[in-house]
Amino acid sequence: MKLGANILIGGALFLVAVLAGVFAPWIAHTDPVMDANLMVAEEPPSREFWFGTDAQGRDIYSRVLYGARISLTVGIFAQLVNTLIGTALGLSAGYWGGWWDDFVTGLTNLLLAIPSLIFALAIMAILGPGLTSLLIALGLTNWSFTCRLARASALSLKSQGYVQASKVLGYGDLRIMLTQLLPNMLGPLIVIGTLGMGGTILAEAALSFLGLGIRPPYPSWGSMLSEARDQITTAPWLSVFPGLAIFLTVLGLNLLGDGLRDILDPQSRSRRL
Amino acid sequence: MLAYAFRRTLQSFPTVAAVALVVFVLFSVIPGSIATSMSDDGRGAMDAEVVQRMRKELGLDDPVYVRFAKYVGNLAVLDLGTSFRSREPVSQLLAKRMWPTMQLVLAAMGFAIVIGVPLGFVAAMRPGGVIDAVSMVTAVSGLSIAKFWFGLLLMYLFALKLGWFPTFGYGGWWYLVLPAVTLGVSPLALLARTTRAAALEVTNADFVRTARSKGMSEARVVRWHVVRNVAVIVLTTLGLQFGSLMGQAVVVEKLFSWPGIGSLLVDSVFQRDIPAVQGCILLIVLFFLVVNTLVDIACAVIDPRIKYT
Amino acid sequence: MTLLAVEDLRIDLTAGGISHAAVDSVSFEIARGETFGLVGESGCGKTITALAVMGLLPQPLAIGGGKVRFDGRAIESLDADEMRRLRGKRLAMIFQEPMTALNPLLPVGRQIAEMFILHEGASWRDAERRAVEMLARVRVSAPERRARDYPHQLSGGMRQRVMIAIALACSPDLLIADEPTTALDVTVQSEMVDLMRDLCVANGTAILMISHDLGLVGSMCRTVGVMYAGRLVEVRSSADVFKSAAHPYTRGLVASLPRLGSRAAIGQQRLQEISGVVPSIADFPPGCRFHPRCDRLTDVCRTVAPGVTALAGNGRVRCHHHG
Repeated sequence: MKLGANILIGGALFLVAVLAGVFAPWIAHTDPVMDANLMVAEEPPSREFWFGTDAQGRDIYSRVLYGARISLTVGIFAQLVNTLIGTALGLSAGYWGGWWDDFVTGLTNLLLAIPSLIFALAIMAILGPGLTSLLIALGLTNWSFTCRLARASALSLKSQGYVQASKVLGYGDLRIMLTQLLPNMLGPLIVIGTLGMGGTILAEAALSFLGLGIRPPYPSWGSMLSEARDQITTAPWLSVFPGLAIFLTVLGLNLLGDGLRDILDPQSRSRRL
Repeated sequence: MLAYAFRRTLQSFPTVAAVALVVFVLFSVIPGSIATSMSDDGRGAMDAEVVQRMRKELGLDDPVYVRFAKYVGNLAVLDLGTSFRSREPVSQLLAKRMWPTMQLVLAAMGFAIVIGVPLGFVAAMRPGGVIDAVSMVTAVSGLSIAKFWFGLLLMYLFALKLGWFPTFGYGGWWYLVLPAVTLGVSPLALLARTTRAAALEVTNADFVRTARSKGMSEARVVRWHVVRNVAVIVLTTLGLQFGSLMGQAVVVEKLFSWPGIGSLLVDSVFQRDIPAVQGCILLIVLFFLVVNTLVDIACAVIDPRIKYT
Repeated sequence: MTLLAVEDLRIDLTAGGISHAAVDSVSFEIARGETFGLVGESGCGKTITALAVMGLLPQPLAIGGGKVRFDGRAIESLDADEMRRLRGKRLAMIFQEPMTALNPLLPVGRQIAEMFILHEGASWRDAERRAVEMLARVRVSAPERRARDYPHQLSGGMRQRVMIAIALACSPDLLIADEPTTALDVTVQSEMVDLMRDLCVANGTAILMISHDLGLVGSMCRTVGVMYAGRLVEVRSSADVFKSAAHPYTRGLVASLPRLGSRAAIGQQRLQEISGVVPSIADFPPGCRFHPRCDRLTDVCRTVAPGVTALAGNGRVRCHHHG
């Protein structure tokens, strides 16, 4: 795909998703949880119910919009936590080296040895379902790529002349890390963050689908699909829209990340595009 | 070579140990009182006596180091405890369910390789062409799709509407098709992209120019030089794929009611069947580590630069 | 006996629908067994001229005009298969970076052996044996052991010897060497040069030597062609170039060479340089391309591109104010 196209299309898709979530209370037709009317249960898409209704008689369209709020909130915040943890650990490990580096590397390897969804599952199992545990589980299990990247960048950057100069000038370690090293690795970090966000959204959807994340009646795209599965013979349209929402949002993030990568991190370009 | 294989295998032992430790910490120590957390489920408070009995059974009243010692001791003899729910030894449960999961993962991976790698190659042969654009768009879509949604759609279309495949369950290979395709979509997408990038990088490399300057036909250039070098790059990705595939398999298994370790894990989590959960996680991680080690060794066989790290 | 005759060669670079002539009106001949040096700064077009002769120009570049005659036959418009038959067997090339020019996953012996499989129908066993012989000929010690080594296990000098072995394996008529010693240590450079010369003299192989190092070219080649900004500005015997360069650019190049003993002879002086920089393809100056940097600049230089003037001793120059 051409350079600008990725960013434009991806950015647009993601923006639509975010706006849908932000403006949900105003553009939704009904309350996603309370407005349940069994009289209109399992209606296919119509003029009144744009996406149809579910087994409880709730409007799917409104639920998808509100679902954007939940799924995106989790995805964005979890990714932010991941990025923070990964950057802090990786940057400090690369910069200080020594036993701290060994420890962080060991920790990262450990994390990489456990598939992230499984790890998140395990944490959810202990903490129980719900929004906070979801954020914790997702935030704690996806930081390894960011950490590796930050560490590698710190390692290569710390021997640069201007860093040595800062040390000579008496800059403290923290200041050097934040003002000299961090800005130079922002590009790749942003790319990984964007792509990672797609991952956390998918992970939340998966966990909610399994029943371990956001539980009904609250509308998360994943849990909506779980309900849809039960009604697949009677109300197949239920399976379409939440999944489509996930797909378009994550697609947007992936395209955006790819496009950003071409601009911000051209060295890794050869490895991908 | 053997020395490298041996060394590499040895390297994974500490990781296994660390994972076992983490699992122990997560499930035996942190929840504080597992027995009470079981009743936290909203299913109503459990009888105090029942809780007491469970604590005794789980050995929760023993001090931590005793519990850990017992845990390690048990692991050494492959005793993973007894399932709360079914009263079967966990290791037996796992043994029954291991083969279906392996089938699923291998079939998915096979599907991904057979379609993804050639697709990436063809796309790289004519960069910017129609096939290239179409396959790359498909690839990025494949990466963005939620597996369970895709599976749901496949199920609806091919099982319910067209009736070509069964919807749920386990039986002959006919049951394997939909789950394997569902699970295989994202590795396929990633492989296509990686192969394409690797092929492009290799065909533009200096040594390929040298090969051409020797008077080699394009076909020979590809056979003698390109394929090998691309394979090394792709193999590395494959290894990483397996790990996330194991994780994704959980969801796919649940969706298709596939009787594997993944669905056992999910069910056990719901039923707070801690030994089963522990067992599943340990097995999955072990499997992942084994695959990674094998892939690393395979890479070292093909790429002579690796052997001496 | 002319082996290679390049006549009025033009190479176009096409980007975004616009074509620039990266190289134009380049003409030179190389006789059988002769060594010809092509000299110029980075970006003057010497490498792509060589690639054009080999038929290996990468995508945005293509031959836009002129002729390349190899052994009397025009090869600039041959189809891919026919050109391929010439490569390796009659035309060979070695490149600047031996590390990346060899496949890191194959032993070097095998990479040499490929030549015999391709051009002489040898069996693998025969080919490997002959590869070891080639390694010995390029003066690699313990050739049987070395043949099983991988490129990353060899030093830069040895890799370049492997490249030479590959190039000369089938006794080609012409060897094109693109900056073969630039990436090597100075101490190794002269060994490499001697090796190439010895082997090529023994085989009757002509050499087209490309370099930015006038000194190197002068010591090795009988004839020198100087390129600037895509054009050949002077072709002379190397003796004449050093004695009395006709083109101001060549004179500048010769003068900028540090000479042993010059301080004793003429006292301490600043290193001579040619002021200014090489223009990029899109910004070639009108008229004589060298005129912004020339000390003999007059009005005609700014507007009229100089034609070719014949000089004594088979030389040629492009300058309004040569001599």
